[in-house]
Amino acid sequence: MGLTGRRQGWPVLAQVRGPDRLGRGAAARSARTARLQPRTASADRVVKSVCPYCAVGCGQEVYVRDGRVVQIEGDPDSPLSRGRLCPKGSASLQLTTGSAREHRVRYRPPHGSDWEDLDLDRALDMIADRVIETRRRTWQEHKQDGTRLRRTMGIASLGGATLDNEENYLMKKLYTALGVVQVENQARI
Amino acid sequence: MGTSFGRGGATTFPADLQGSDCIVIQGSNMAECHPVAFQWVMEAKARGAKVIHVDPRFTRTSAVADLHVPLRAGSDIAFLGGLIHHVLTQGADFREYLVAYTNAPTILREDFADTEDLDGLFSGFDPATRHYDPVTWQYEGMKVAAAAGQRDEEHDDWVRRRARAGHETQRADAMGSHGAVFGGRPERDETLQHPRCVYQVLRRHFSRYTPELVEELCGVPRELFLEVAEAICSNSGRERTTAFVYAVGWTHHTVGVQYIRTAAILQLLLGNIGRPGGGIMALRGHASIQGSTDIPTLFNILPGYIPMPHAHHDQDLAAFIAGDAGDTGYWGNMGAYTVSLLKAWWGDKAQPENDFCFDYLPRLDGPAGTYQTVAGQIDGTVKGYFLVGENPAVGSANAKMQRLGLANLDWLVVRDFSLIESATFWKDGPEIETGELRPEEIGTEVFFLPAAAHTEKDGSFTNTQRLLQWHHKAVEPEGDDRSDLWFYYHLGRRIRDKLAGSADEMDRPILDLTWEYPTEGPLAEPSAEAVLREVNGWGPDGRALGSYTELAADGSTACGCWIYCGCFAGEVNQTARRRPASEQSWVAPEWGWAWPANRRILYNRASADPGGRPWSERKAYVWWDEDQGRWTGHDVPDFEPTKHPGYVPPEGARAEEAIGGADPFIMQADGKGWLYVPSGLVDGPLPTHYEPVESPVPNPLYACQHNPVREGMARPENPYNPSGGAPGSEAFPFVFTTYRLTEHHTAGGMSRWQPYLSELQPEMFCEVSPALAAERGLEPLGWATIVTARTAIEARVLVTDRMAPLKVGGRTIHQVGLPYHWGPNGLVRGDAANELLAVVMDPNVHIQEAKCATCDVIPGRRPRGPALLALVERYRRQAQSPPGGGR
Repeated sequence: MGLTGRRQGWPVLAQVRGPDRLGRGAAARSARTARLQPRTASADRVVKSVCPYCAVGCGQEVYVRDGRVVQIEGDPDSPLSRGRLCPKGSASLQLTTGSAREHRVRYRPPHGSDWEDLDLDRALDMIADRVIETRRRTWQEHKQDGTRLRRTMGIASLGGATLDNEENYLMKKLYTALGVVQVENQARI
Repeated sequence: MGTSFGRGGATTFPADLQGSDCIVIQGSNMAECHPVAFQWVMEAKARGAKVIHVDPRFTRTSAVADLHVPLRAGSDIAFLGGLIHHVLTQGADFREYLVAYTNAPTILREDFADTEDLDGLFSGFDPATRHYDPVTWQYEGMKVAAAAGQRDEEHDDWVRRRARAGHETQRADAMGSHGAVFGGRPERDETLQHPRCVYQVLRRHFSRYTPELVEELCGVPRELFLEVAEAICSNSGRERTTAFVYAVGWTHHTVGVQYIRTAAILQLLLGNIGRPGGGIMALRGHASIQGSTDIPTLFNILPGYIPMPHAHHDQDLAAFIAGDAGDTGYWGNMGAYTVSLLKAWWGDKAQPENDFCFDYLPRLDGPAGTYQTVAGQIDGTVKGYFLVGENPAVGSANAKMQRLGLANLDWLVVRDFSLIESATFWKDGPEIETGELRPEEIGTEVFFLPAAAHTEKDGSFTNTQRLLQWHHKAVEPEGDDRSDLWFYYHLGRRIRDKLAGSADEMDRPILDLTWEYPTEGPLAEPSAEAVLREVNGWGPDGRALGSYTELAADGSTACGCWIYCGCFAGEVNQTARRRPASEQSWVAPEWGWAWPANRRILYNRASADPGGRPWSERKAYVWWDEDQGRWTGHDVPDFEPTKHPGYVPPEGARAEEAIGGADPFIMQADGKGWLYVPSGLVDGPLPTHYEPVESPVPNPLYACQHNPVREGMARPENPYNPSGGAPGSEAFPFVFTTYRLTEHHTAGGMSRWQPYLSELQPEMFCEVSPALAAERGLEPLGWATIVTARTAIEARVLVTDRMAPLKVGGRTIHQVGLPYHWGPNGLVRGDAANELLAVVMDPNVHIQEAKCATCDVIPGRRPRGPALLALVERYRRQAQSPPGGGR
């Protein structure tokens, strides 16, 4: 492209010379504009997903480049949502990739005044020990009238409505086998 | 809805609303809270449908509705009862549908007494225990079913025993998937003239719910009320259908279940259930809140709404099933569903000789819900707590009580994206500011474990229309982020390793549990598809089952959740199906998979007349094809596919064989839609208007002010405002209601940390009318302090005509609107509205009354530190607030 061609591409010249005198249409386009591409165009993959907020279940398309999520759009194929997302669904890129997410285990010892670091594997091991110990200490085999209870009232759990069915299933299965009956979620609120 | 129709799920799906002729949205601000589903309401409106919004506030939904009807928060049963009264007195019911498909003709016992006879109570109330004995609520037919009256006594005994032993609460819990059960065949009068038939009982029960009463009680002018009544009547019948849409504006009450019951009665009278453009659409607020009820992380049920067993002497599996399964209707197969679940959990260890390990299940002996748990934490009996994507320090009623519970634990595990208030209460919670708690005195050991997002894991959500949709993993989670599938699988594995070799009887259930799932990838993530396949279940050959009709009670099948059986049919993950909308009908049967059996409108047999023909061409949906000898149409028939419309069950038939060819409600023991619920509810067979526990007015209908069997918590942390003109009630003269905004999500854990959303809705506010602002000296954009007996919070003042003062019982009632998303953490901060609420609950489902309570409003910011406690104490003394709110 010669000098003349490049000059012709300048928006200000196009605005002065062309029919788009207000510079709000074609004249505003520059060579740089032409080179711009949406994040969705350079993605390696598009993964089908579902919005994690409310229970309408709008379809999402997750755009991935180099192992990272670069954009989340509504899925036009979905008969539920026809490609639309609300402000929350549209913000799910920030939800999933934003700087507000804490990516490290945090630990606060009893009576502590601040968070401490803790290795994930060690945390899991400590939690398993707490469950076993509390369960044993608070076990109820029978009621006073002799009827069988086979449970602990010393451990409880809250949450599940934001999780997958498969996760709720493992939770309920594990808790029930441990005799933990105080299992609840947002359906109660 | 479970007690009325047989299953607790929404009867229809949002996209079907586009075919409605009239849509009543009540107890929901759908345009704001479910905006993408609201497009289908707008489609209907564009096609000429009438859209009505009944709500205390004028909202984004009201703005685009044809009609907005403001009413007093907490008065919906009176409003809907008024509509029922109108339908019955004007003869506007869909008579053919009513007689054939509902229990309107069924005759009740002679000793049943109504709230009209007993000034707000039904027969069977025991004032000492504040419980109902439901024996007198039963059908007459039970008596004559067996020889010589002996069965009668037996049946009464059975009902009473069940009620005493907690079976009624157990039943109420199980209503998510099916209605109540009974033995015998009831008597019917299809002319509807018998004075004790349900139709006539209904007429008497609602005889005082007149337009005049609606005006006095709800504050709705009678012309406006009659416009609604005429709209729903003229848009129901053979040619037209009306839909109702609700959300937590109906469930968050001490009579929440009865709110929905009232709508169910109305929709059955008008013949709108099981038909396109009709139904009752329940809008839920979390991605898989339906799924976490179907596969319950709830204390009172097992997967597929099988009740958790209660502690009884000598109760084996057979007795458990006999006590809860019906002889007739699909629930008659409960044995097959339960044994298959036990096989999924305990595999080869579950054998007929050991009752399939039924004894491994822990037992209940009373409510063990989230509010009872918090009381247990404060009392020191609950030591360890898992919070998994829930933030009760902001999101639960009486948030302070929640934090006092958290502060008294031995250990707490929080799994979330960010450091939510429930994880940091020990450091910067409101009680640290007031000096009530000090970090060094709080002994709770806190583990915060970051969670993986939906883009970082495979799995399925069940949405508001019972539809399972698979989301695929896009990327690996970062750092310590892990899925909850990973966490629970590996936690279970580790506990089992540590207990291996234990000879202790208490460890048998956990050691014998089937817990082998294939793992994949660098993080050893368990396969979500393998878990879903177990949920679906397999047959004797190990192949995935296709339908719950294949389940057996002999131990030859395993199935983790019988209502989800079929989601992995043919070894294919049916929930991942994504045939584009453009290639399907509006029903879109090949997008995801809906329970039960991929049916999208429930009870759709009712879309055809008793002979199997569509009620009209315009409303054809599912019909009988005589040539093919089967049901066909736009959806999977919610009926046995080849059962002839003329089928009459033989004497002694059981389970589904006892359901006639013209009985669409196949989960009910009699196949009928229930206008009147003889069994399964603890607070009455018919809905009755009671005032909210905190109400500015006395109940104009009965001497009984509140739901007489509501569940309260008489504890010092939970005082309530005096109500209905009781001494001290003048301290809290206004009504407030809590709600959501489109830019935020529930308790804010998934929105207050996001810059876009925080910028769109940056600050806590309260909505007040110009009249209330003038009365209390509130400045627009200034500050207001809202006070209850629990505490006081502050909010920016939004003065708006959207909060119209109402004339109720001759006086003006002001209502205050409070969004509940904010808390002390996140990018945008503010006081949590849930601080203001007391814990008092519906006795059927243990859900708190969050949608109406009383308060005072004063100008300016709230006091800081100990001065806040002093302000609240002054109010408590003035009001003489007693603790509790019920039994």
